[in-house]
Amino acid sequence: MLGFALRRLLSTIPVLWIALTLCFFILRLAPGGPFDEERQLPERILANLRAHYNLDKPLLVQYWDYLTGVLMGDLGPSYITDDFTVVDLISIGLPYTFILGGCAFALAILVGIFAGVIGALNQNTSSDYGIALVVMIGLIVPNFLLAPILQLVFGVSLGWLPVGGWGEGKLSHLVLPVIILALPHVARISRLMRGSMIEVLGANYIRTARAKGIGARLMITRHAIKPALLPVVSYLGPAAGYLLTGSLVVESIFGLPGIGQYFINAALNRDYGMVLGTVIFYMVLIILLNLVVDLVYALLDPKVRAR
Amino acid sequence: MPKHRLTAFFLSFFAAVLLVAPAYAAMLNLHNGGDPASLDPHKISGDWENRIVGDIFEGLTTEDVGANPIAGQAESWTISDDGTVYTFKLRDNANWSDGQPVTAGDFVFAFQRIMDPATAASYAYLQYPIKNAEAINSGKITDFGELGVKALDDKTLEITLEQPTPFFLGALTHYTAYPIPKHVVEAKGDDWIKMENIVVNGPYKPVEWIPGAHVTTAKNDQYYDFASLKIDGVKFFVLEDQSAALKRYRAGEFDILTAFPKDQYQWLEENHPGEARVVPFAGLYYYVFNHRKPPFDDARVRKALSMAINREVIGPQILGTGELPAYSWVPPGMANSGESSEVDWAEMPYPEKVEMAKTLIAEAGYGKDNPLKVTLRYNTSDNHKRVAVAVAAMWKALGVEAKLYNSELKVHYAEIRKGEFDVARAGWLADYNDPVNFLDLLKGSTSNNYGAYSSPEFDKVMDQASLETDLESRAKLLTQAEEIAMDDNAAAPIYFYLSENVVSPKIKGFEDNAFDIHRTRWLTKEE
Amino acid sequence: MLGSEKRDALVDALEPDHGDGFAPKGRSLTEDAMRRFRRNKAALVSVYVLGALILVSLIGPFFIPFGYEDPDWAAFRLPPDFASGHYFGTDQNGRDMLARTLYGTRVSLMVALVATLVSIVIGVTYGSIAGYLGGRTDAIMMRFVDIMYALPYILFVILLMVIFGRNVILLFIGIGAVEWLTMARIVRGQTLSLREREFIEAARAAGLKPFQIIRRHIAPNLVGPVVIFATLTVPEIIVTESFLSYLGFGVQEPLTSLGTLIAEGADVMEVMPWLLGFPAGFLITMLLTLAFIGDGLRDAFDPKDV
Repeated sequence: MLGFALRRLLSTIPVLWIALTLCFFILRLAPGGPFDEERQLPERILANLRAHYNLDKPLLVQYWDYLTGVLMGDLGPSYITDDFTVVDLISIGLPYTFILGGCAFALAILVGIFAGVIGALNQNTSSDYGIALVVMIGLIVPNFLLAPILQLVFGVSLGWLPVGGWGEGKLSHLVLPVIILALPHVARISRLMRGSMIEVLGANYIRTARAKGIGARLMITRHAIKPALLPVVSYLGPAAGYLLTGSLVVESIFGLPGIGQYFINAALNRDYGMVLGTVIFYMVLIILLNLVVDLVYALLDPKVRAR
Repeated sequence: MPKHRLTAFFLSFFAAVLLVAPAYAAMLNLHNGGDPASLDPHKISGDWENRIVGDIFEGLTTEDVGANPIAGQAESWTISDDGTVYTFKLRDNANWSDGQPVTAGDFVFAFQRIMDPATAASYAYLQYPIKNAEAINSGKITDFGELGVKALDDKTLEITLEQPTPFFLGALTHYTAYPIPKHVVEAKGDDWIKMENIVVNGPYKPVEWIPGAHVTTAKNDQYYDFASLKIDGVKFFVLEDQSAALKRYRAGEFDILTAFPKDQYQWLEENHPGEARVVPFAGLYYYVFNHRKPPFDDARVRKALSMAINREVIGPQILGTGELPAYSWVPPGMANSGESSEVDWAEMPYPEKVEMAKTLIAEAGYGKDNPLKVTLRYNTSDNHKRVAVAVAAMWKALGVEAKLYNSELKVHYAEIRKGEFDVARAGWLADYNDPVNFLDLLKGSTSNNYGAYSSPEFDKVMDQASLETDLESRAKLLTQAEEIAMDDNAAAPIYFYLSENVVSPKIKGFEDNAFDIHRTRWLTKEE
Repeated sequence: MLGSEKRDALVDALEPDHGDGFAPKGRSLTEDAMRRFRRNKAALVSVYVLGALILVSLIGPFFIPFGYEDPDWAAFRLPPDFASGHYFGTDQNGRDMLARTLYGTRVSLMVALVATLVSIVIGVTYGSIAGYLGGRTDAIMMRFVDIMYALPYILFVILLMVIFGRNVILLFIGIGAVEWLTMARIVRGQTLSLREREFIEAARAAGLKPFQIIRRHIAPNLVGPVVIFATLTVPEIIVTESFLSYLGFGVQEPLTSLGTLIAEGADVMEVMPWLLGFPAGFLITMLLTLAFIGDGLRDAFDPKDV
């Protein structure tokens, strides 16, 4: 298992490197630089700024410096947020992104699996269709439309929940952003779960178990849910990735600090260091999450475990 | 990734969840828009940064409730008869937040630092009236001792100017003139600005900064006027989404909004009467013509395009907040200015303007078979988009085919500076209270003259004005310069900006002013 | 190859049942599926509704007296109004919302179709080559897909839009390039099972070259799963496009898309609800019908569930 994990990690290094290199050069070729403002800076000051940020050397030298920096864990300065380095910013934003994403992830899994199981057990009944419809709406109403509606209803009109902000991490501040972030994944997970549950329920061994007279509830939990979870688990890797990118919108609507918001601002402001830093960070994170998902999958799936 | 930071964060996070957050008696929650680039006064350039930094630092003079210069760290000053030597007497009780006295040396240090090319301060040019400032900033003089800022003793500072400058006391309220704690910068270097090191001399001091969320300040007990501060601290919230900000205001999470969606103005007037403060602001929204490129070097084409813009529709209808139409270059109400000189066709009824514009376009050689094609560039923003869409439709009536092109602010300005445009959107907000600040945008050699308008006559009058010491004749010369540019239709002024604050009735002492500067020390909050 | 196996589980739902290896594959299976599909009322109604929507967005503009980019100087921010002919009202620039909604629908559909097409072309080519060649080549090619899954694409699309301006073509390509991976997986799985079938053996024995076999015999048999996948991809792309529009990386004015209209409308939902309601209604209807059609097709081609 360890060997597998290692091999898996090693094989992603070239991809990381290629993506990093491409981003690095594409960003430099793009029109507009970090120091282009409404008010032109005198040439002398621009030269100083470029020297300060190591932008005055030949491109290849800059690239080499950057690459060796990354290997040493130094992602360089942020050109726009002057008082912080990229590593500073990512480590400030990371806990917020993690708490938001983690809560949404947990909610999506719990509700999604629950809804999927209920749907499968009541296949083609009105409660199945009801769940499907509610879940579908969560999937297709864009989050930037749903979020302001929920803010208006629960924050402004009813006054039950805060409209936005982190609020020192109070649970009430997390409710709306977490729901918005989790909804599409509740939908996908519940559909996957329903499908695979129906399949498992139709499989021979369940029929056997049922024939032997094991109580229905026990049967579901003991025999059906675990194998039915496999496709859901395999979706979790991509889902984690979607959650991270989904937080771009949620963070900016709710005014939460977090890496998604930093990325958007950096991209708009040509903050090369920050853009590269966040892209690298996202890639490493998604690769790690996928690896974890693979390992969990291997633990769950007897076919794979046997090898 | 530094692990201790994470651990520290989680600890503080859980501590904050478990404990009740320290209850501030009067915490001001202010929607501040963007994230500050820095708290270092020499490294900032935006009004959202000014709101924070102007609360935590204070210059020799500072802004009163109406943004007029009053005594700040200096309690008094004298000005020499020729208007070029200012001698300031610092307050005896002006201290840094660590208890050290603010000295004249701190000011000398700050002025030398901002002019030092190595600091790369983007706004240094604002203090160019100081003797030798420009030369030092551009590297022509390397001995900082030659800068016209001298400490006569610990509490006496002498500033010598290149020439008399009527707006200098105002310029000293600007963040480019704030002192820097020499003893801290020398001890900590670049890290002096980190939250754990920073030392300030303003009414408030920063206590927390979470990028993307907020900057929090608290009262500075070393401030000379500490006793009269009514607000205990400010949370400057980062939130670019204006409609989300308005919702948070309505839910009571924000006390002041510094911008709101223009479409909601009427709604605000009906549902929260008097809370939206929309007042003229010293700023100009305009379209630049690219003089480098035919046919925009043709005065007839420029005049036609400018005339066809129905300015009366843009403010009230398209934007919805009623911006004042601009037919002149210098916003009304600027100090040291004479009569405003509008374009001569300003009063003409709109249909006549269109007819005349059509004739001009035809004279310039464009018609049905040979339509004038224009690319209209603007930087990404809902309001700029709306104005551009409307203007393109207005030009369509002349038979002009306008294509819209938008890009981010950084790209927009980089490319229009290179001259890669036909017509482009630009805007200017006053740095200091003087018409020169706006007229300089059209001066031949300056880098903010995006369209490369060049008129020797205009430049000559401007140079004359800069040497004129008599304020009245100076104002006349500036008016004359403005007339020249407007007759040339050098660029198309569209409207004068409005400042758009929304202030909760709980907040008292917020006085509207043309510079949109509202320091927290003048405000009170009622619960 | 644990990585690919686990994703096959995800793809399983899309794979036709090969239990009866001797059943003649082809038209009759499709006919069966179509019969099953027609019995699915929700899916059938969705087809009609979607068809109507597309038709209206294509021919509607010819019957509206207003262009999507021309202001009506007499009517700014007009609520829906029959007297003036602005049935959906006008926006802040005095432009007719009906015209803009229809136009936006067209653009959104076009982005979705082109991007789906891009993903199909890349995905089918890649997947069928990997599946047909099999062995080491397959292993390496699919490993590559696995790794590519781990890239935060949406960030790259955003970067592309930031860097090269708001180019519609790039938007198509960018989004399409995101979606091809899953397509490649599905196609590869299909090809792997097809490869062992007798008619392919026969073709090989007849001396056809691999690419000819892929083109003539394998590709046509992939139509079912590809169509199903496409119906699932189209809504995904429409949502992605609207997401990009919200962030400000959408198409250039005066072009518009449903996503752009909704993003603008959401800001003024209380004061000008018609700017949000109509485009949102169109988008949600479109996505709902596509979801029902996709489900219906999947159920029809995969009788296990029914």
